[in-house]
Amino acid sequence: MDLIFEKSVAGRRGFENPRSDVGIAGEIPAKYRRKEECPLPEVSELDVVRHFTKLSQRNFSVDTQFYPLGSCTMKYNPKFTETVAAMEGFSCLHPLLPQLKQGERLVQGALEVIYDLEQLLCEITGMDRFTMQPLAGAHGELTGVMMIAAYHKAKGNKKKYIIVPDSAHGTNPATAAIAGYEIISVRSNQDGGMDLAELKDKITDEVAGLMLTCPNTLGLFDPGIDKIAAMIHAVDGIMYYDGANLNAILGRCRPGDIGFDVMHINVHKTFSTPHGGGGPGAGPVGVTQKLVPFLPVSLVDKRKGGTYYLNYDYPQSIGYIASFYGNFSILLRAYAYILMAGKKGLEDVSNHAVLNANYMKERLKERFALAYDRICMHESVFSASRQAERGVHAIDIAKFLIDQGLHPPTVYFPLSVKESIMVEPTETESKESMDRFIACMFEADELSQTHPETFQGLPKTMPIARPDEVKAARDINTSYFQSR
Amino acid sequence: MIPYISNTPDDISAMLKTVGVSCIDDLFRDIQPHQKPKSFDLPDSKSEFEVIERMKRLAAKNATNLIPFIGGGYYDHYVPSVVPALVSRGEFYTAYTPYQPECSQGTLQALYEYQSAICALTAMEAANASLYDGGTALYEAVMMAIRITERKKVIMDGGVSPIYRKIIKTYTGNLHYAFEETPVLHGQSSRDEIEKLIDEDTAAVILQNPNFFGAVDDHSDIVEKAHALGCLVIESVYPISLGLLKTPGEMGVDIVTGEGQSLGLPLNFGGPYLGFMATRKKYIRKMPGRIVGETVDAQGRRCFVNTLQAREQHIRREKATSNICTNVALCAVQSAIYLSLLGKQGFKELAQLNLDKAEFARREIGKIDGVEVKRSSPTFNEFTVHLPVDASIVVEAMIDRGFAAGFPLGRYYKGMERYMIVAVTEKRTKEEILAYVRALKEVLKNV
Repeated sequence: MDLIFEKSVAGRRGFENPRSDVGIAGEIPAKYRRKEECPLPEVSELDVVRHFTKLSQRNFSVDTQFYPLGSCTMKYNPKFTETVAAMEGFSCLHPLLPQLKQGERLVQGALEVIYDLEQLLCEITGMDRFTMQPLAGAHGELTGVMMIAAYHKAKGNKKKYIIVPDSAHGTNPATAAIAGYEIISVRSNQDGGMDLAELKDKITDEVAGLMLTCPNTLGLFDPGIDKIAAMIHAVDGIMYYDGANLNAILGRCRPGDIGFDVMHINVHKTFSTPHGGGGPGAGPVGVTQKLVPFLPVSLVDKRKGGTYYLNYDYPQSIGYIASFYGNFSILLRAYAYILMAGKKGLEDVSNHAVLNANYMKERLKERFALAYDRICMHESVFSASRQAERGVHAIDIAKFLIDQGLHPPTVYFPLSVKESIMVEPTETESKESMDRFIACMFEADELSQTHPETFQGLPKTMPIARPDEVKAARDINTSYFQSR
Repeated sequence: MIPYISNTPDDISAMLKTVGVSCIDDLFRDIQPHQKPKSFDLPDSKSEFEVIERMKRLAAKNATNLIPFIGGGYYDHYVPSVVPALVSRGEFYTAYTPYQPECSQGTLQALYEYQSAICALTAMEAANASLYDGGTALYEAVMMAIRITERKKVIMDGGVSPIYRKIIKTYTGNLHYAFEETPVLHGQSSRDEIEKLIDEDTAAVILQNPNFFGAVDDHSDIVEKAHALGCLVIESVYPISLGLLKTPGEMGVDIVTGEGQSLGLPLNFGGPYLGFMATRKKYIRKMPGRIVGETVDAQGRRCFVNTLQAREQHIRREKATSNICTNVALCAVQSAIYLSLLGKQGFKELAQLNLDKAEFARREIGKIDGVEVKRSSPTFNEFTVHLPVDASIVVEAMIDRGFAAGFPLGRYYKGMERYMIVAVTEKRTKEEILAYVRALKEVLKNV
C-alpha cells in the first residue's frame, strides 16, 4: 500500500484552519526561520480517511480476532470507558491548572478520581500507597527500583545487585541496570518456580532486592514465595512484585500480604485499558509503609474538609518521575472499569481467566509438550519440540494460525523453555473461540506429521508474506525522506 | 457476572470436567490458606449507566469554562474531527505491539509514516516510534548522548522546561554524572555561560527552542562550539513552531526531542502525551525505543517491521539501550493522522496563525500600564510578561474572571515572582484576547 506521502498532490488540502481575526501578521526574522517548507503530504480529508481506515484493516486486534498472546493479557476493552475518557470535563483539563494559586479547586473531580483509584488499588493489592505517575509498566519498574535505591541510601546500606529469575520479562533486568544495579540471574527449578538452592548461594548482603512476576511467566504461582521473601528480607532486601500477571489472582492473593514491598500494575492488562498497538499504558506503583517516604511527588491527599490537593511535602521523595499525574485518561478508564466490575466482578475476572487457561492447557497438552504439567494460573507454556523434530517450529505454527484468522500466542518467550508457545486466553474469550483455536493447533500438529512442507511460505492470506528482517536491519530505512 | 465474561454454567461445568477438578476454587490450590487476602473490601459492581453518571458528576467538578492562555509546553490546539474518528478504530486501539508483522502492517506503516513526519518537522534523518512524553524523551536523549560520547558531564540550559530538568535529575540521582545548569533570564540561551562550561568531558548541552520563556533562538553557534570539543547538542522543541522556525536539523543538532501533545492530542490533565525523538542516521543504533523500518517480504513487496530490536530489552535484557517496552504508539498514529490532514500548507498556516494571534495579544497586553512584555528576543506563541505585583495573585484573580491567564514563573524560578508566561493558540479569538486585556487591567487596579 502506498505511503500517505506518496499520495501527495501539490496544492491539495485536507483541513481549513480557523481564520485570523486579529488583522496583523507576526514576523520572525529570517535568521530564525526554516529555509524550506515542512514537507508534509498534500492530501484531501477523504484521502486521509481512506488511507488510515485501510491501514487499520491491515491489523489484527482484540475487536476483530482472538488474541491469546501470552503474558500480554489481551482481553476485551469495554467501550464505555472510551465514553468516560472523552468527557470534556476530563479531556480538556490543562495539567498546570492545579499548580496555580488556589488552582486545585479547578480540578477537584480529577483529583478525586486519582485519590479514589489509589484507595481501590491499595485494597486490591494490599499495598499502603500508590503513585499514579508511571506512564507504563516498565516506567513503573524504574520508579520502583529507584525507590529501592533511595531506601538503601537512607539506611546507609551498601547494595550492588538486583536478583531476577531467568523467566523474567526483559524489562526487569533492563530496568535494574538503568537504575545503576548489577544483575544476578537465578534459574527456574523443575516445578517452574525459582531454584531456592541457587538463590541461597547467590544472596549476599549486597543484594538490594529481587524482582518477581507472580504468577510467573510460566503461568505458575511460585510455591517458594514465602521462603524467597524471608531470604531477601533477611539481608534487608526489597521484594519487587512485577504486576504483569495480576489478572490471575484478583481476590485470591494480594502481593502486600505475601511479602512484597513494592509493585507495579499494568492497567492495560488487568484493568482492561486498550493497548493501542504499543501503548499508551499506565503503570501505577504501590508500596508498603517502609517505602512510602520515597514515593515520587506529587501525591494526591485529602484535607479534613474533604477537598483534594497535590502534596509535594515528602522530603525523602525520589522527586519527579513524570511531568504530571500519570497517563490520566488511561487511569480514568481503569477507574471506570474497576467501579463497574466491583468486588464480585474482579473475582470473576481471575476465576474465569484461570479456568479458561486450564481448559486450554488440558486440551492442548494432548498434542503439544507442556513445559510444566500442573494446574496453571492465567496462562500456560508449551514447547513445539515434537513438531520441531519434524521441521515445524513455533514460528511456523504462529504463521499458520495467522492464516486461520487467529493472532498467534507469544512464541520464543520465556527464554527458559525451548520453542516456547505461551497461551493466555483471558476471561473474556468464549469456549467456542477457544475450541476453534485448539482445533487449529491440532490441525497444525497433524500437518507437521503428514505435510510439513505446508508451512513453507506461510502466511498466505495476509497483505504481505514473511518480511526480510535481516534486510530491514542491514539496509536501515526508517523514513520516507531517507531514500530521496 | 460482568458482561465481558461469556462462560455459561454449562461451559463452566464442561471445562471443569476437562480439567479434572470439581470447582474453580480447586484451580487456586497453589495459593496456600495463609496467603489469602487479609481483606478485599471493594464496592459492589455497578451497571455501565451508573458508572457513566458517576463519572459525569466527577467531570462536572472540573473547571472547563476557563478561557485558556496557559501553556508551559502543553497547548490548547484544535483537534479536527477526523483525528479521533480514525484513531478510535478498534483495529488500531485494541491491537498489541506489532510482534507479528504480517498481521500488524496497519500499525507498522502508520508508525513509519509518523517517523517520516517527525523527520519532516525536525529535518533530522531518523526518528523512533515514540517515547512516553516530552520530559522522559529528553531524559532518554541525555542517556543516549552519554552512551555515544562515553562522557559523564551534561550542561542544561536554564531555559529548558523546569519540569523536564527535575525529571532528568530524578532519573540520574543514583548514577555518577555531573550536571551543570546555566541561568537564563527570560531571553535566549546565555552563550558565555554555556561555552565556558563545555569541555572535553562534556557529553551534551541540552537546549530548548522556543525556551520555557517563549524565546526563539538559533542555536547554530552553540552547536559549532560543542562539536569542536566532541560534545553533542540535544534540543527539545515545540513541534507546531517548526511550521516556521529554523529546524534543529539546519542548526546541526544531534538529538531532537519534544512533547507531541500539540499534534492532535487532547490535554487530558497530563497524559497520555507523546514523546518524540529524532537523530542523525549515524546514531540510530544508539537510539532507545522501538524503530519501524522498511523492508521487503518473501515476494519482494514493500513492508514494515520493528527493526534494530537487538537494542531492546526483550532481546538484550540488562544490556539494552533503555528499559522501554510499551510506549505511546497510538498517540504516534494519532499525530500522524493529524499531520497528514493539516498537510504542507495547513501546517505552515497554523504556525503563522499562532504567531499572529500571539503577536496581537503581546501588543495589547504591553499597552497596559505597569505591565511590561519582554522583547529581548523573537517569540512564537508564548511570551513572558512582567507584572507590577506577584503574578500568582494576578492569575488567581483572573480565574474569577473566567481566564486561565498564564503560568506564574515564581513556582519554578526564584526571583521571578512577578513574571508569568502567556500562551495564545489559533483557538483564541480577538474578542477573547481583548476581554482578557480588560480583565487584566481591572485585576491590576484592584490588587
